[in-house]
Amino acid sequence: MSDQKDFVAGLDSNARKSPKRIVFVTRRTTPQVKVTDEDQLQTYPEVLFRAAVAIETLAIALVVMALAFNAPLEGLADPSHTPNPAKAPWYFLGLQEMLHYFPPVVAGVLVPTLVIIALVVIPYFNINIEAEGLFLKDRQKRLRIFYVVATLFCFFLLFFDVIVALVPTLIVGAFMIFASQSSPQSASPLRRYLAARPLSYWIMTWFLFELVVLTTVGTFFRGPGWSWVLPWRS
Amino acid sequence: MEKTFSTYFDDLRATRVWRSVFRSGTGSSTLHRSLAIQQNVFLHLFSTKVRRRMLSFSTTWYLGTLTLGTFLILVSTGIFLMLYYHPSVPQAYADTKDLQFVVSSGLFLRNLHRWSAHAMVFLVFAHMFKVFYRGAYRAPREFNWVIGVVLLVITLLLSYTGYLLPWDQLAYWAITIGSNLASAVPVFGTKVHFLMLGGNQVNANALLRFYVLHCMILPLVAIMFIAIHFWRIRKDGGLYAHHSEPRTLAATATKGAQ
Repeated sequence: MSDQKDFVAGLDSNARKSPKRIVFVTRRTTPQVKVTDEDQLQTYPEVLFRAAVAIETLAIALVVMALAFNAPLEGLADPSHTPNPAKAPWYFLGLQEMLHYFPPVVAGVLVPTLVIIALVVIPYFNINIEAEGLFLKDRQKRLRIFYVVATLFCFFLLFFDVIVALVPTLIVGAFMIFASQSSPQSASPLRRYLAARPLSYWIMTWFLFELVVLTTVGTFFRGPGWSWVLPWRS
Repeated sequence: MEKTFSTYFDDLRATRVWRSVFRSGTGSSTLHRSLAIQQNVFLHLFSTKVRRRMLSFSTTWYLGTLTLGTFLILVSTGIFLMLYYHPSVPQAYADTKDLQFVVSSGLFLRNLHRWSAHAMVFLVFAHMFKVFYRGAYRAPREFNWVIGVVLLVITLLLSYTGYLLPWDQLAYWAITIGSNLASAVPVFGTKVHFLMLGGNQVNANALLRFYVLHCMILPLVAIMFIAIHFWRIRKDGGLYAHHSEPRTLAATATKGAQ
């Protein structure tokens, strides 16, 4: 697409030619004060075209899937006959897996409510906005807090026998300890990367990991009576 | 000059009728292209220009766009499915069976609706994590993140209410498990449970309630929040571009190491 303009604008928006404005960029800036002379594309038609291509590609993939695989349909609903196991939709199986360990008020009410509240408040914490590496400041103190919290949480999980949730916690915890032993001056790129990760990154990664593990276990590894089964054995 | 498709299209756009419909007028100048967005009630939700690097695949993986795509597929297939479906017991199950075996392309429609629904739930989660790891929730985009969380909940509710509609064993027991969790709410548990199902267990009332929520209320609420979500992208300064944001301490630290 040619960017030749066939009209003359009344105001010059070129910062190099026209007198420059002085802006004091404070800690919390808004997009209005930022440099905007970078290369831009017109939404019509370029961006809309790309969006259309993306959606078309997805539609084709889903149509192929719909032709290849049939949606499940079981017998007529029968309140007197409970299937074993009775499973919720896959995106709730993480919660159902927790229901196996904790009372419904915890797994079904408290945890989802806390997750939603936690998600909502993410952008309102300055610690997320500043995004400093977790162990870059007050290293000793923060490490001590981390050890206490992580140990207590692991014992809590052990107490309720939640091995499924304990494993991801231990793995993320190990990476956090590794990050605390690294610094932004480390030679290895992985160490530099981990050292710069803020607290919110660690919490969200742990949450994502738990979500994936619990959902996978609930979907594939649970059989009659919510017992442990191996999907390739059935 | 030889007439090409685009010159025919330009001629069409110059006609009086076309110009009465689309307010932007003809021409391919930057001004007219901007007007094509600005002067359209649906497209004006978007900004007229987008930073080029925001369109590279790696920036967003197009997850938001794809989520919209699944939503559009779900609305269109959903409308067709509604034509063959009665939300009553046990007719609902018979209708689903008919869709499976009698209605032309009924099986395909139901398959597409079902897989798109799963894809939408997955894409909404993927979109959320991608936005988080890019740090795109930062000011001034905080509230758009919150709207995104609302849309996540609406998506889950849409999928969950739709799950009951085939009225088979899978649907019935999945909803029974989910609705039993509502009983665990302190103090109001049984009341919430009763309100949700229109009875003490999943029955014909629950099916009707879920049908109304699934086909009417939740889609309307979703469309409203989707509109706000898109509009806020424009109002908050376009898609989040990492390198034009204030440098964080972490980024400066990493730079110092190089």
